[in-house]
Amino acid sequence: MSDASADSASLAPEASFGDFFALLKPRVMTLVVFTALVGLLAAPNPVHPMIAFASILFIAIGGGASGALNMWWDADIDAVMKRTRKRPIPAGKVTEGEALGFGLALSGLSTVMLGLASNWVAGSLLGFTIFFYVVIYTMWLKRWTPQNIVIGGAAGAFPPMIGWAVATGGVSIESVLMFCLTFTWTPPHFWALALFMRKDYDHAGVPMLTVTHGRRSTRIHIFVYTILLAILALGAGVTSIGGPVYMAISIVLNMMFVKGAWDILNRDEEMSEVDNFKVERYFFKLSLLYLFLHFGAILIESVTQHFGMGGW
Amino acid sequence: MSISKQHEIHTRRYGRNVGVGLLLAGFIVIIFGLTVVKVTRGDYEPPLGEASE
Repeated sequence: MSDASADSASLAPEASFGDFFALLKPRVMTLVVFTALVGLLAAPNPVHPMIAFASILFIAIGGGASGALNMWWDADIDAVMKRTRKRPIPAGKVTEGEALGFGLALSGLSTVMLGLASNWVAGSLLGFTIFFYVVIYTMWLKRWTPQNIVIGGAAGAFPPMIGWAVATGGVSIESVLMFCLTFTWTPPHFWALALFMRKDYDHAGVPMLTVTHGRRSTRIHIFVYTILLAILALGAGVTSIGGPVYMAISIVLNMMFVKGAWDILNRDEEMSEVDNFKVERYFFKLSLLYLFLHFGAILIESVTQHFGMGGW
Repeated sequence: MSISKQHEIHTRRYGRNVGVGLLLAGFIVIIFGLTVVKVTRGDYEPPLGEASE
């Protein structure tokens, strides 16, 4: 072996700081931070700003840690899918062992620190969320059942509940309804994506509903979950986290969302192919706005309540 | 090739070390801030033996 080859071999894969940061799925982390913050602020008990800041940070780190563990386990399918091919492990920037160690260390750190900073109900909920996302969803159900999206949605729905637990030290109907909002929103959101991004999942061998039960069945599923979501979203509006602003926003958004799901239900594959899945793409974009505005409305209600306005 | 020449990997390592250093410093600041808040709010109660000393 020449000097040159030894040099290049020893220098080949070394991750930068940014590669480790990418393991935390920063985009998912922003959703986690936003919904956890809304859950924390919507709670009736005030929280000291320092404790609130630290708690949100540890929830974000916990969410990121579960993302790193998900990338460690799913490195084989990430390498096949176009959308995930450039992630740090399939791109050869971070080794699987490094991702596993990084994810486990951050999981332990975030759970213990959240428990110490706020309370152990919040800490336990965060620990359970990481366990649920990594073990129940990623390792067990994702490659086994076409309902994977529904189960994965539960993991993504926990942050507002954790934020609420940071403030109150418990669980209540309001925090369960915030959980339900994200939980029932996830299936129509991802199945709409699966309708126009089908090839990626097919190649990876992940059992998506579009493949296992057919595209017609997926359209029906989207509609049913959207109706369920509308009921839960409007139901949340009559609890202490709701108010006139929330209700007004929710009614408009749910009318648009149900209309979108109805349009998807009444289309077949030929119609979708003709306009390159225009309705499905619109529904997907609307779903992003839908969740953001619902949690935004809860935030508005909670902030205005501090000034003697908002709420019922 | 000069032995002091900076290889791309050294820049990457330097960036990573600086990042880890800043994170650790930030972590210390957070722990300190939390401790101050918890002690001044009265969350922490020393054991009876310590309190009477």
